[in-house]
Amino acid sequence: MAVLTMRDALNQALHEEMERDPSVIVMGEDVAGGSGGTSGNIEAAGGIFGVTKGLKTKYGADRVIDTPISESAIIGLANGSALAGMRPVAELMFADFVGVSMDQIFNQMAKFRYMFGGKAKTPVVLRMSMGAGMNAAAQHSQTIYPMLTMVPGLKVVIPSNPADAKGLMKQAIRDDDPVMFFEHKALYSKKGEVPEGEYLTLFGEADLVREGKDCTVVALARMVPFAMKAVDKLAEEGITCDLIDPRTTSPLDEDTILESLSMTGRLVVVDESNPMCSIASEIASIAASKGFGSLRAPVEKVTAPHTPVPFARELERLYVPSPNDIEAAIRRTLANQVEGV
Amino acid sequence: MQQSPDQIRQAYRQMRLIREFEERLHVENPKGEIAGFTHLYSGQEAIAVGVCENLRDNDYIISTHRGHGHCLARGCDPKGMMHEIYGRADGLCKGRGGSMHIADLDKGMLGANGIVGGGQPIAVGAAVACKARGDGSVSVSFTGDGASNQGTVFEAMNMAVVLKLPKVFVLENNGYSEHTGASYGIGGDLKTRTEGFGIPVWEADGFDYFSVYEAAEKAIEHARASNGPSAILATATRYFGHFEGDPQNYRAKDEVKNFRETVDALKQMREKVTGAGIFTAEELDAIDDEVLALIDASVESARTGPTPGADTMMSDVYIDY
Repeated sequence: MAVLTMRDALNQALHEEMERDPSVIVMGEDVAGGSGGTSGNIEAAGGIFGVTKGLKTKYGADRVIDTPISESAIIGLANGSALAGMRPVAELMFADFVGVSMDQIFNQMAKFRYMFGGKAKTPVVLRMSMGAGMNAAAQHSQTIYPMLTMVPGLKVVIPSNPADAKGLMKQAIRDDDPVMFFEHKALYSKKGEVPEGEYLTLFGEADLVREGKDCTVVALARMVPFAMKAVDKLAEEGITCDLIDPRTTSPLDEDTILESLSMTGRLVVVDESNPMCSIASEIASIAASKGFGSLRAPVEKVTAPHTPVPFARELERLYVPSPNDIEAAIRRTLANQVEGV
Repeated sequence: MQQSPDQIRQAYRQMRLIREFEERLHVENPKGEIAGFTHLYSGQEAIAVGVCENLRDNDYIISTHRGHGHCLARGCDPKGMMHEIYGRADGLCKGRGGSMHIADLDKGMLGANGIVGGGQPIAVGAAVACKARGDGSVSVSFTGDGASNQGTVFEAMNMAVVLKLPKVFVLENNGYSEHTGASYGIGGDLKTRTEGFGIPVWEADGFDYFSVYEAAEKAIEHARASNGPSAILATATRYFGHFEGDPQNYRAKDEVKNFRETVDALKQMREKVTGAGIFTAEELDAIDDEVLALIDASVESARTGPTPGADTMMSDVYIDY
């Protein structure tokens, strides 16, 4: 297996899919970069995080489209070209910019197929970087996937490692429904083993990252490596946990979570998003309704606080759930015994 | 009038079809059998038909919340549309879209759109596909004076210019943005604004089919020939309110009556065509009768059409659900 960063794994997926299928096109701000610049370099950026590097040089300006800073129009490009038979992969430089383009996402692409009586196919992939950890402050750091997970018609993908990122991206491009693809900024440079050759990672199939018997921990994106730290540390004390990475929140693999919960009786959900109406609260509600009989302690939610993402290093560190927070939550749920159970 | 009698007959029939479809909905709507919001296109027929008569099968259009006219002009089935407006299972969108979301992908009709200004970025996307195919196809968006104040329209115009896309913007000024006059809501003017993006604008009298057809012919040819986007600015009025039930307190008492009696699109066309000896009034009456019978039959079957079963509720949210 090759060892790649998540950035390079995503880049490989885009290269492979563009090579395989001429209807795959890429669009966004600076996805190549350099258009209209004075250096003459036609690929001065390759995406702000380097994910789309090399695509324009290989596939040309008609398939790798540098756009003006017009997020609604970028997603409109994706929506209309998808309705007309292409497979667009659009990039929002930061997930926060969903704020200026929400109509094209939740009123348009999510609803075409349903509103139009099943005739429309909208195979759009909307890539966006997300997450705190770079002191990018309140408008460039959010993890807004809960907002899009609640929209019927959208699929939501949130990889935590390079291998999944590649397999999920290839699956997203081949999927005929619109897919929101969230890439955590703090994971782009993290390395991991990536299988050689062709593979797809299916949606709605959680990854069991660690196996244990005392507690079920569910985490997404950057919270997966954080949870691994906590879980591995506790394992040294003989406390073992199932660590589940759902990888997609829509569809969500409820079965894997509930099955694990039925064995451990305890659940800790870790989510970098704000706590209200979050994936953490959704999974807690699933446990409360469908897994009630399994629960031996209250569900622990480890999330960011109900605040915007702060700028200063000290405050941002406090904002993001840490391995210590996760460890403490696991210890709390283990100490907590519901009476009579 | 360089068009053949067949072309003129077709255009007249399409305009009459839109007119009678909408006038009939205006009559049926208060009866309570039609749910939801209905926005009628009567008065603007020459614009939709003048543009769509220039289109080919592989072209695309995208419409607005006032979409019935564009759908009919593009060739959507009137009966299927009527059933959709009545929320029937056999409607064009299985009763899940309704008046504001009629679409027919098989006809390159990418949908009416409930969001004012929502369609233009999508139509620019379809133009990306047109350009990629390289088959001379174009993508046309219809935009009202109200939508022309949405940022999405400016983004769409700029994007189409930057990417040099085969995209035609049809700007329809019907005088009112919902309940507010266009003269109040538009800073500057639509032509100069559009030209500010470097998009050439062909102006047309939106009550006159031939004026719109000729402007559209030039604008569409410009886009087909890989010269980048173009625009048509057509001015007309709507005969009914923003939505059915709108008391139209913002309009002068005889405003619509005056339009109907003077510049009405159907009236004008009849006068021109009969005056030039292309068709007799009786020949045009026969078209009117055929259209009225079709509308009668459509309403009749829509009123008693099958309602969607609860089992269809969850269909088509995703490809597989």
